Amino acid sequence: MSRALQSTERRQLLLDSVGVGLATGTYGLSFGAIAVASGFSVWQACALSLFVFTGASQFALVGVVASGGAPLSGAATAVLLGTRNMFYGLPLASLLHLRGSARIVSAHLVIDESTAMALKSKGPDNAPLGFFATGISVFVLWNAATLAGALAGTALGNPETYGLDAAVPAAFLALLWPRLTRVMERVTAGLAACLALALVPVTRPGLPIIAAAGVAMCVAALTPDSARPSRGAALSDDAAR
Amino acid sequence: MWPAIILTAVGCYLLKLAGLSVPRRILDQPYVQRLAALLPVALLGALVAVQALSSGTHLAADARLAGVGVGVIALVARAPFLVVVLAAAGTTAVLRALA
Repeated sequence: MSRALQSTERRQLLLDSVGVGLATGTYGLSFGAIAVASGFSVWQACALSLFVFTGASQFALVGVVASGGAPLSGAATAVLLGTRNMFYGLPLASLLHLRGSARIVSAHLVIDESTAMALKSKGPDNAPLGFFATGISVFVLWNAATLAGALAGTALGNPETYGLDAAVPAAFLALLWPRLTRVMERVTAGLAACLALALVPVTRPGLPIIAAAGVAMCVAALTPDSARPSRGAALSDDAAR
Repeated sequence: MWPAIILTAVGCYLLKLAGLSVPRRILDQPYVQRLAALLPVALLGALVAVQALSSGTHLAADARLAGVGVGVIALVARAPFLVVVLAAAGTTAVLRALA
């Protein structure tokens, strides 16, 4: 590849990572507002975005608490949702070649968007650029947007007046939607939803969600190995939208 | 609330670090890979259902359901995240104001 072509490609990659960061910022705005409406303080909302830094898990903790679940049930759900980030490490470890303290710092940036950009970057030098440019761009804009959303949320009155309690399931649905690509995913989502609803009247709030993880274990166990999903199937295509 | 926040932060970080650190053969197995793809799907599916159709420990169909329905229409129309969320909240708010 010529030097000129490569520098054009790298510039495009930087532009794309800022675009992904801006798109993620809109999730951050909704997260901040919903967190505050669910009883979290502005500081707690910001601490979640700074230190958890993986959107679906943050929404899960806030959502479970908002529906009356114990904070620790929310934390368990959030950590279960965070397991997908562990699997992003598989392809990333061979693309980024991280050692020692670089790995300790970089691990915090392992999220849907940075992984997607690293995987779709062409050329060995471009994968680290895509990963770090996207990771840092999303980190900055996600945290700024969370603060803005949280401050806006405190200015609102009763959250139900603005339908914010409907914004929470809609946010989960928007995160789920791009993953429903095949029959196996649709069946899993449907069964998990039915099981959780059946458990609502008989268990404490928050537990039906954790029980739904069992549906994923059963479907994964009952599927023959030949139906193995393609690498990166756990990755949502949010970043590609 | 803070213990839950700290637990979530530590747990999520350790998972990210583990992915970059553990030997490939542990995670690179068909069952584990399928579980990784299906776990978020099951949890998000349950979260959507419970948040849209229950209140505390009883099932309830109210204005939220209509809001989520409009959210589905927005998703089918390939609307961006913020539009989906605002459409759901707006629909629910309008229905409550009219009730």
